[in-house]
Amino acid sequence: MERKRPNLAVEIAGIKLKNPVMPASGTFGYGEEFAPYLDLERIGAIVTKGLSLKPKAGNPTPRIAETSGGMLNAIGLQNVGVDAFIETKIPFLRKVKTPTIVNFFGNTLEEYGEVARRLSDLPEVAGVELNISCPNVKQGGIVFGTDPCAAADVVSLVRKHLRKPLIVKLTPNVTDITVTARAVEEAGADAISCINTLTGMAVDVRSRRPRLANGTGGLSGPAIRPIAVRLVHQVVQTVRIPVIGVGGIGCAEDALEFLVVGATAVQVGTANFIDPTVMLSVIGGIEKFCIEEGIGDIREIIGSLEL
Amino acid sequence: MNNYRTKILSNQEISPGYFRMRILAPGFGETARPGQFIMFRVQLSQSPLLRRPFGVFRTGFLPPDCEGQPEKEYLEILYKVVGSGTGIMSELHEGDRVEVLGPLGKGFDLEAAAGEKILVGGGIGLVPLYMLARKLTETGRVRLLMGGRTRDDILAVTEFERLGVETYVSTDDGSLGEEGLVTNVLERKLDKYPDAVVYACGPMPMLEAVQRICTRRGTPLQVSLEALMACGVGACLGCVVKGSGHSEETPRYLCTCKEGPVFRAEQLDWSRAGEENGYCEGCKS
Ligand SMILES: Cc1cc2nc3c(=O)[nH]c(=O)nc-3n(C[C@H](O)[C@H](O)[C@H](O)COP(=O)(O)OP(=O)(O)OC[C@H]3O[C@@H](n4cnc5c(N)ncnc54)[C@H](O)[C@@H]3O)c2cc1C
Ligand SMILES: Cc1cc2nc3c(=O)[nH]c(=O)nc-3n(C[C@H](O)[C@H](O)[C@H](O)COP(=O)(O)O)c2cc1C
Ligand code: FES
Repeated sequence: MERKRPNLAVEIAGIKLKNPVMPASGTFGYGEEFAPYLDLERIGAIVTKGLSLKPKAGNPTPRIAETSGGMLNAIGLQNVGVDAFIETKIPFLRKVKTPTIVNFFGNTLEEYGEVARRLSDLPEVAGVELNISCPNVKQGGIVFGTDPCAAADVVSLVRKHLRKPLIVKLTPNVTDITVTARAVEEAGADAISCINTLTGMAVDVRSRRPRLANGTGGLSGPAIRPIAVRLVHQVVQTVRIPVIGVGGIGCAEDALEFLVVGATAVQVGTANFIDPTVMLSVIGGIEKFCIEEGIGDIREIIGSLEL
Repeated sequence: MNNYRTKILSNQEISPGYFRMRILAPGFGETARPGQFIMFRVQLSQSPLLRRPFGVFRTGFLPPDCEGQPEKEYLEILYKVVGSGTGIMSELHEGDRVEVLGPLGKGFDLEAAAGEKILVGGGIGLVPLYMLARKLTETGRVRLLMGGRTRDDILAVTEFERLGVETYVSTDDGSLGEEGLVTNVLERKLDKYPDAVVYACGPMPMLEAVQRICTRRGTPLQVSLEALMACGVGACLGCVVKGSGHSEETPRYLCTCKEGPVFRAEQLDWSRAGEENGYCEGCKS
């Protein structure tokens, strides 16, 4: 007898996902870039590159460096800006049935509010992901994410302007992530993404100069996964809103680790660069795992950690 | 465009430190245009993590192993061993499983080629010029000016000659061909063929010199660039170079993997190209 296919559907802040796997912002462009390699309708959601009010040129080069089990990037949030996004990227996204989550940031508090307001009007946007955690820009990123009061301020302001599900993305570059997690929950976040990249540095020993023009960059990839799993575990214990696990996921088992510690969904980042079809393998692998373990619904796995 | 899980047909050292790898790639040649590249996954494990970009040297067919079977279509890359990834590649063998993403990027603009065509290759920069030469020789005369430090850096010249390309070799140490820089040869050729168009690929200082010469003479120039890449498909924005009109106040970056790797010279900012502009360490020296 053929066994029933497990139910992989989950819900994040009211956004219905057919499965818990989506790309991490900044590693999937605006969706189009990967359309030749995978059927976008098979993934849980599309998460777009971080947007700002005005287009942003990004940092000088070199912007990337490979490290053991990871990479450093200091892209500097280069993006087309909200207006061009609406004009040139939304038409493509409209055609894809998968929900789109738009990641965004501001240089100032007011800008965060303004971008949120504009995204509110777009029916094509299922939800937004607020980036208060980019280590590569002075304003608009980490400054808001590392100070719990500033984080709460920006979240409440965005909440006021936004009529959409609000996911807040946290930085690991703090002493105690649970403090920020609690602050953003109280300020009105509907969900949390955990984590953004860890600030790192690599040096060319011959020239004795940093390998990134920016000096430091954000570390991502397999090297950060154990840290991300630990932080998701801590955040899940602290807040009641759903948590999306991010950091170094490259296969189904990696994703399952996050689900077991309590993440409701996961994002795949750097691994998209290594294999543009990787998310399909992750989804397929999760399904296979459920069948093997006799699990009928993915929700049985979420938060099933035994201590 | 495709993501091939495929295998190596052969991998041979063709000159000290330079290898030629043939990869099974059915249907690849129908889509690949001169100047495009692939992202090559060196190992299916996590080390090295990122894929490596390589220009497509050529595509072709091998006779089948046994009669009655179809011919095997392959793509071929030429690479220089410079670090961890290419080091591992040099030890791969026939039958090893690999992954290839491609063909990627914008290739050469062939419309521009009305008059004399001069190709300038420096070392491994010769790679994207072969498919270009194959295309350009269909419609007219093509010359290749090939430069290297020593004779070991001069690759595959006979293959160009077989296409009917006139080749001129120069080496810095005079160990093969004329002694001196390839740009000296270029100046002489442009004196003789002032209406020529130039296509160049090689180390950044060479491209800069070629650009200066061509700009001074008003010669149309297309260059193929290298940049550090993570995704190869325009998603990470790691591979950008400065476009013309770039300044600190109004930065203008072009994406090498998507808008390039071939650019018209006037699209780029050449002011400090040798010092920075995202061209990797390897090409600065
Ligand atoms: C569009 C394009 C086409 C290329 N075509 C060829 C070719 O046909 N033949 C050839 O031999 N080389 C080519 N290169 C350069 C080749 O990609 C690098 O030599 C190779 O990635 C070095 O890898 P490694 O692991 O040995 O070096 P490592 O120094 O160990 O690599 C560390 C990191 O730096 C990157 N890197 C190092 N050198 C370069 C470089 N010169 N350009 C871009 N990234 C680099 C690697 O990809 C890796 O991410 C091309 C590069 C680009 C961008
Ligand atoms: C090249 C690159 C660009 C990124 N850009 C963004 C961004 O615009 N907004 C954001 O919130 N996170 C950004 N990130 C962080 C990722 O979304 C993710 O949180 C991080 O890479 C960890 O996941 P990974 O290890 O699976 O890559 C970026 C990461 C990389 C590697
Ligand atoms: S290599 Fe990722 S954008 Fe070009």
